[in-house]
Formats: sequence, C-alpha cells, structure tokens
Amino acid sequence: MMELLAFGDTGWGDELLLSMVMTILVSTSSLAFGLVIGTIFASFKLSNSYILKAIAEFYTTVVRGVPELLVIYLLFFGGSGAVMYVAKIFGHMGYIELSPFTIGTIAVGAISGAYSTEVIRGAILAVPKGQFEAARTLGMAKYAMSFKVIFPQVARLALPGIGNVWQVTLKDTALISVTGLVEIMRQSKIAAGSTHEPFIFYTVAIILYLFITSISYQFFNRAETKFSKGFVREVS
Amino acid sequence: MRFELMYDSFFKIIQGIPLTLEVVFLSTIFGLFLAVGVALMRVSNNKIFSNFAYYFIYTIRGTPLLLQLFFIYYGLAQFTFIRESFLWFFLEDPLFCGILTLTLSTAAYSAEIIRGGMQSVAPGYIEAGSSMGMSKMLRLRKIILPITIRQALPAYGNELILMVKATSLISIVTLMEITGIARTIISKTYAPVEIFIVAGSIYLLINFIITRFIKYTEYRLNHGSIQ
Repeated sequence: MMELLAFGDTGWGDELLLSMVMTILVSTSSLAFGLVIGTIFASFKLSNSYILKAIAEFYTTVVRGVPELLVIYLLFFGGSGAVMYVAKIFGHMGYIELSPFTIGTIAVGAISGAYSTEVIRGAILAVPKGQFEAARTLGMAKYAMSFKVIFPQVARLALPGIGNVWQVTLKDTALISVTGLVEIMRQSKIAAGSTHEPFIFYTVAIILYLFITSISYQFFNRAETKFSKGFVREVS
Repeated sequence: MRFELMYDSFFKIIQGIPLTLEVVFLSTIFGLFLAVGVALMRVSNNKIFSNFAYYFIYTIRGTPLLLQLFFIYYGLAQFTFIRESFLWFFLEDPLFCGILTLTLSTAAYSAEIIRGGMQSVAPGYIEAGSSMGMSKMLRLRKIILPITIRQALPAYGNELILMVKATSLISIVTLMEITGIARTIISKTYAPVEIFIVAGSIYLLINFIITRFIKYTEYRLNHGSIQ
C-alpha cells in the first residue's frame, strides 16, 4: 500500500498532494468570486429599487433551489458559448475555450455567491443603525461611510457565516471533477481506475478532505476570536 | 431560444421525476430513523456511543457527497469477500448505493438538527415527566420527541431541499433521473440554456411544494402552542 502512495514516478503521493493544492486553489477562488457576487447582490436586496430586489431574489432562489450539478453542466456546456457571444459583440471572431479551472470557479462561485448573498445581507442588517447615523453626522460621504465604517463591521459579523459557506464551497468543488479539472476527486478516480485499488484511493481522498475541513475550521475559529476582540459585551 | 426543443425535452425530462422522488422519499425515511438514533447516541452519556456518533457526523459532513457515493459504489466493490457475500446483491446495484449514500448523508445532517431540537427541550418538562412516574421511553415518546419535531422542523425543511438537490449526483453512477436525462439531452443537442431552464424549473417546483408543505406542517403543529 505504501508503494501506491509513494512520491515520484512509482506512486501517487505527489499527484494526490498536487490535487489537494488544486482543490484548495479552486475553492479559494470560488469563495472569493462568490463573495464579490454576494456583496453585489446583497446590496441589491437592500436597495430601494424593486427591479434590483427582484433580480437578486430570482438569483438566490434559482441557485439555491437547483442542483449544483445542473449549474455546472450549464456553464460547462454553455460557458464558452456565452463568452464567444459577448466577444462577437465586441468584434472578436473565433473560438474561445474556457479552462476547466475558470468554468469551475465561475460555476462554484455562482453557487457559493447565492449563499454569501444571504450571509452578507444578514451581516449588513446586523450593523447597528447608530453606526450609519454617526457616520452621516460626521459628514462622511457614502463611499467613505461604506468602506471605513460599515464594511469592517460587516466583515466581522459575516465571518461565522462565511466559514459555513467555505465548507459548502469546498465540498462543491468535488463536482467540478466532471469537467475534467484534476482536483482531489478526479485524481483519486484516475488513480483508482489505473491501479484497481479504489478503496485505498477513496479512503485517502476522504482523509484529505477531512484534513482541509479541520484545518479551515480551526482557521475560522481563530479568525473569529481575533476579530471579535473587545466585542464581547455587545452580544447581549 | 429553441422553444420546440424545450417542449420536446420537457416530456423526456419529466420521465425522470419518479426516480428522483423515489430516491428522495426512501432515503429521507430511512435517514430520519437513523438520524434519531444517531442524535440519541450523540446526547447519551455513554462515551463510546457519543464518540461514535460524533465521528460519524464529522466524517459525513466533512467530505463531499460524490466522494461518499464513489467510496460505497466503487470502493467497497474492490474486496473479493464483499463480492462473494450476500451484500454484493445490494452493492452492485447503483440505485441501492445511491439510496444508501443519501441515507447516511441525511442521517448525519439531520442528527445535528435533531440534537439541537432535543437540547431546546426545557429540563422542567422532562423533570415533570419523571415526577409523574413516566419511564424513559415514555418521556422520549410523549415529551421530548413532540417538542423536538416542532423545534427542528424549519431546519429540517432546508435539509429536505438539499436532499432533492443531492439526488442529482446519482446520475453520475448511470441512473437516469432528472439531471441524468437533462445531461444526455444537452450533450446531444448542445442547448445547455434551454435544457437548464426546463430541468431547473422542475426542481424549483418540487422544492416549492416541499417548502409549502413544511410551512403548512409548521402552522399545524404550532396551533395552540404557547410560544
């Protein structure tokens, strides 16, 4: 069994380790992309415009009610087409193909964005009204108020929720293996297929995922304690 | 937008609804029974039971469902002694493996929801039950479970929706439910947007009905409650 997991040409150890790095990379970029989308749609949901509200509501309802795999198929089969369609408008003819990494990031990011939207919306609503009023009283412009006063507080309040979104996003990246991106899931499938030892490689994959989830759980716990320093009294 | 294609594929995709619902129904029922067991183990004073439940929940929640499915469907099939035993009759069937995986998965997630509900039962209720001479099982049946169900219902509704979405994964092990059929049509016609709209609407409708049903049950259960 050890030869199977050895590093170098003889074993699958280095391939599996690389695939773990890929999983972490694609999860991180998806989470980041999702947070950007989430911030935009959360501000839509809290805006006064009915159209923006409806758009955001439609997005979160659809993405949260439709299987992740279906969203990935949509972007896997339709992503390049959509990009080429947009490129045509700008006068670029010719074939554009998106890499599995890009498709994966967009697909999983769009899914995680829907969950992030709710988390960020909740966090913005949890910022005390007085903070907005105080900023306005000091004569801060809307831009300065958002970035200097509201945003740092939103980041702190949203942290536990983002930790949950991260766990879900991490697990969703396993689905990108259907597009051919070599992350843990795909790599263990390849190894299992070529060695006829599926039990060992899927067990290793389980351990790798558990390793990432445990580490990130610790990380978010630490971040939470760090950022909530001095805020203990506010809880009640 | 190719509406004719959408119309045609609609009738193909709805043929997958029975399989999706069957898998959701069976794994939810089995999973719920298992979840109550796991939740009871988790809150029990016996260290072995509570540790076992903790690690079961930890493993299931920390790994992707697709990996769990592959582990059960491909991983266990590696051993000759499993292939020669009576278990093989079940494990060679992708449908059985799909239902088993989803059952275990929902059991772990629901166990945490149920545990949360159980811990919200005020100790006074349980004490009142024991001072009336109720046995442990009777207290569980008549006091703890009814209150737990009411408390856990909203979160359990979310779990049901996640289950409906999770059934799409069994299409990867050759089962032709809604997503499986949708995928086949997409790769034949190369019309991802149209098929996504059709298949997605079906899922949204199923989930909408479940949400309504949970809301209605919640309303009925809270009828006459003091809270």
